Amino acid sequence: MRFILHMAWRDSRASRRRLFLYSLSVVLGIAALVSIGSFSANVSRAIDLESKGLLGADLFVTAPSPLAGPLLDYLAGLGGDISREETFSSMLAIPSLSRVRLVQVHAIRGVFPYYGKLETDPAGGAGLLRAGAPAVLLEPTLLAQYGLRVGDTVKLGKTLFRIAGSLRKVPGESPGVAMMAPRAYMALEELAATGLSGPGALARYRAMVRLPASRDADQVAREMKDRFPEQRLSFETVGERKRNLGQAVSHLDGFLSLVGFVALILGGIGVASSLHAYISGKIATVAVLRCLGASARQSFAVYLVQGLGLGLAGALAGGILGVAVQRALPALFKGMLPIDVDFFLSWPALLRGMGAGIVICLLFSLLPLLSVRRIPPLAALRSAVADRVASGPDPWRLAIGALIAAAVAGFAIWQTGRVAVGLGFASMLGLGFLVLAGLGSAVAWAARRFVPRSLPYVVRQGFGNLHRPNNRTVLLLVSLGLGTFLVLTLFLVRTTLLHEIGGADAQGRPNLIFFDIQDDQIEPLRQEAAAAGTPIGESAPIVTMRITSVRGLTVEKLLKEKDAPIAAWALRREYRSTFRGALSPTEKVVEGAFSGRAGAEAGLAPISVEEGLARDMRLHLGDEVDWDVQGVPVRTRVGSVRAVEWRRLEPNFFVVFPEGVLEGAPKTFLAALHAGSAEQSARVQRAVVDKFPNVTAIDLALVVETLDGIFSKVAFAIQFMALFTVATGLIVLAGAILMGRHQRIRETVLLRTLGATRRQLSLIQLVEYAVLGVQAALVGAALAVAANALLARFVFHVGATSPLGQVAAAVAVVSLLTVATGWAAGRGVVDHPPLEILRQET
Amino acid sequence: MPSQAMLRVSRLTKTYPTAAGPLTVLHEASFEIGPGESIAIVGPSGSGKTTLLGLCAGLDRASGGSVELAGETLDRLDEDGRARVRNASVGFVFQNFQLIPTLTALENVLVPLELRGERGCEPEGRALLERVGLGARFDHYPVQLSGGEQQRVALARAFINTPKILFCDEPTGNLDGDTADAMVELVFGLNRERGTTLVLVTHNFELAGRCQRILRLKGGTVVSDLRTPPAS
Repeated sequence: MRFILHMAWRDSRASRRRLFLYSLSVVLGIAALVSIGSFSANVSRAIDLESKGLLGADLFVTAPSPLAGPLLDYLAGLGGDISREETFSSMLAIPSLSRVRLVQVHAIRGVFPYYGKLETDPAGGAGLLRAGAPAVLLEPTLLAQYGLRVGDTVKLGKTLFRIAGSLRKVPGESPGVAMMAPRAYMALEELAATGLSGPGALARYRAMVRLPASRDADQVAREMKDRFPEQRLSFETVGERKRNLGQAVSHLDGFLSLVGFVALILGGIGVASSLHAYISGKIATVAVLRCLGASARQSFAVYLVQGLGLGLAGALAGGILGVAVQRALPALFKGMLPIDVDFFLSWPALLRGMGAGIVICLLFSLLPLLSVRRIPPLAALRSAVADRVASGPDPWRLAIGALIAAAVAGFAIWQTGRVAVGLGFASMLGLGFLVLAGLGSAVAWAARRFVPRSLPYVVRQGFGNLHRPNNRTVLLLVSLGLGTFLVLTLFLVRTTLLHEIGGADAQGRPNLIFFDIQDDQIEPLRQEAAAAGTPIGESAPIVTMRITSVRGLTVEKLLKEKDAPIAAWALRREYRSTFRGALSPTEKVVEGAFSGRAGAEAGLAPISVEEGLARDMRLHLGDEVDWDVQGVPVRTRVGSVRAVEWRRLEPNFFVVFPEGVLEGAPKTFLAALHAGSAEQSARVQRAVVDKFPNVTAIDLALVVETLDGIFSKVAFAIQFMALFTVATGLIVLAGAILMGRHQRIRETVLLRTLGATRRQLSLIQLVEYAVLGVQAALVGAALAVAANALLARFVFHVGATSPLGQVAAAVAVVSLLTVATGWAAGRGVVDHPPLEILRQET
Repeated sequence: MPSQAMLRVSRLTKTYPTAAGPLTVLHEASFEIGPGESIAIVGPSGSGKTTLLGLCAGLDRASGGSVELAGETLDRLDEDGRARVRNASVGFVFQNFQLIPTLTALENVLVPLELRGERGCEPEGRALLERVGLGARFDHYPVQLSGGEQQRVALARAFINTPKILFCDEPTGNLDGDTADAMVELVFGLNRERGTTLVLVTHNFELAGRCQRILRLKGGTVVSDLRTPPAS
């Protein structure tokens, strides 16, 4: 053992810097795992520490209709404290700027939060609301967007409110909620005066309860579910919130760790490739050791120790970098987490990340190191013998390959927590590697077969480097291609989704929707919109209703059925259905025939059901569905099933009734129009909200902006991790170039001796790296475009958008990075006079 | 012929498979070398000299026949067994020196002893380096030494384990005339001092003539085994 350690240490003398460079391949992957793992531990501890503040109460009871009667009596009987909240969307008008903006209104009463603090800037805003003052607390982004200050006046419904401050932190709410629509907090006592509440309002009603110490929140929730089944209540407890949040953090941790793991595997391939070249240079040394009496095991152990040292160095550097990156992550995830996360170093996460790094590094190192066992002593006399022996089959290589596959699958299963998902990830990764490696081989083959001899020498030499012995074509295509593929896929998916949603503007489709329009407001609103130069394109009546029975079985009975053949959400929800005589442009009948008018002779009205709902409810043509339309029973049968393009911002419905059934029911309206410009959109919104304060608008531009904000946050976090993969690819590239440096120097010196100029030599390098970079970027980009197309078609069900400009820019950037890295790593080779290099190399 | 052979080679054959069929590079070579004896293996390029040396030293396995080295039948040993025999009984000097580039001169010399797990053997290494005239070069790396100096380090390494038999493959092939002469003196001087058996592969007939026997190979076959006249 002493000899092995001594020899490993001494033998590494001249190559320590080179070995450390090899270890850099795994540094970024380890850093990614350590930073994400440790940050997750930070978040988990913050969740534990602030668990009660996560909800601000012991129990949330939420209902789609006002809380009243026995329910309130029951809550009061619990002996705790109750606060109330009514939440709905509305338009906030800013009179001083003549602007309107959709906000999420939270009207609250009571001393909520019971745990944690509702923090405002300036402090004391919560006290004003509790006192019932006519004041609002607004989202800081809203204040910044319109340059509003504390003390300014805004209007909600018919009432003017003074801005009392901005919201900093509200227990029980994720800041992510504010991404959808900025929040406005007001006192519940002031709500009636605004005219925004009342029948037809799409509000959510909530009681926030602090329970006496003797009562268990989960137990109370169960009791209430049994006691008030018809109220369609939903419950949230601290335990549940903690579980959900913990699960979300764990999912994010798992996903980002997998992205980091890809970088680690890539690094592992880089290490294997570097060590392969390293060991090739050690054949003579090993052969001499064998001649001097070292056993195959001893020789192998010498280099295994070096491989282990390399892994340890990489793990240490990765651990340190990971901790540094971890410090930056809270800023990266700011605005996505409901709690403040304090930095602390999670030793288990650090050791896990470093351990994974060492294991992967060691497994990948074993592949080239195994050949050391097979270097015969005879190679000291005849070097060709080593090649002959080492190229034979080796069962240990297969075993190590299987171990690597098992390690990758095991890690993926561990991170995702699901066997199928983990195996799927490992398989896809394996497939990706195989495709890239296969393409790499094809590129090398094509470079040998199809490069015309008529091309200038420097170009042919550059292409020649792709296929000649000891080329790195496959390695570089895999590493750079995979990095390009990951980053570009994320980018393209984002573009596809935003384009799909935002494309309405270009096509003249509706981009502004008004809802909550009362029966008597629809005609004046139509005139108002027309007067503003933006006539209403489509409008639809909305009638709220609930299902009472399906195929003769009551909802209560269906819900109690053991295997629950029908999704509970579909039975419990309040339906907002419409009636009309024809299909809309976003619909297509896929089964049966659409009936525009209920015949006087038919007993059951023929309704049209959206295909997803039909599937979840196991509905077929002719099935009877009975409804409670605000107290009036209505019997219907499924007359047709429709496919609906939900992604379009147009009035779409789960259930469409024929004309002649619901006309007499209490209803509101929804109207959609197309505004040609942002100014036009703002003008019509202002005009409508001024006249009809209860009406709410959804502006497509705002939706796109909101979604873009969410995508930006999430995609940035993912792309940040994916960048580790790209950077690893570049390190592997630099390593590959450096390890080929010896061979390259000899060739260059020979060419110089034969009269090649410095310019020619530089051009050969440029052509080689440019060809490699372009190939890697093109293959990565092609895979990204394919992945985007598949995701768009099978996951998002939209048309894929792969803008040529973005793809070309990505190809150009990766190619330039490759050339720059190649040039940087290979510089010096052409700068030296031949004799100087020959002396160094002998 | 000595009664107890240091190296006994019987009907030794080596065949390589090639695309054109098996290629026999050594055909039924047989001879014996006694303790302290010196023998030169000569012959034209491709006659099988290096193959014979590799097989005799246990660096490769024969296709047929047997090699008995220092009382051990090499064919019966696995690779690690043969490595133990080499470490215990064999010294090597190669044409291209084969020093380990990352070790100093002294460390190169000590490798065979360190492989055995011996400690405190530096004085022996230093003494041997001084004996070959490199007392001032202990801590120099191979790249800092001339060809002649490298070959002398190799010679010191070959004698550090007090081998019973020394195999030399063209030991002066990469050296100029004067350096080669000095090297030859050292090889034979140390050989005499330590009573080592010497097996030398060379193209150089003058050098071969300094050995007690000359074994001539042609086309993989031993064509003569002659005793040289004693030096005057």
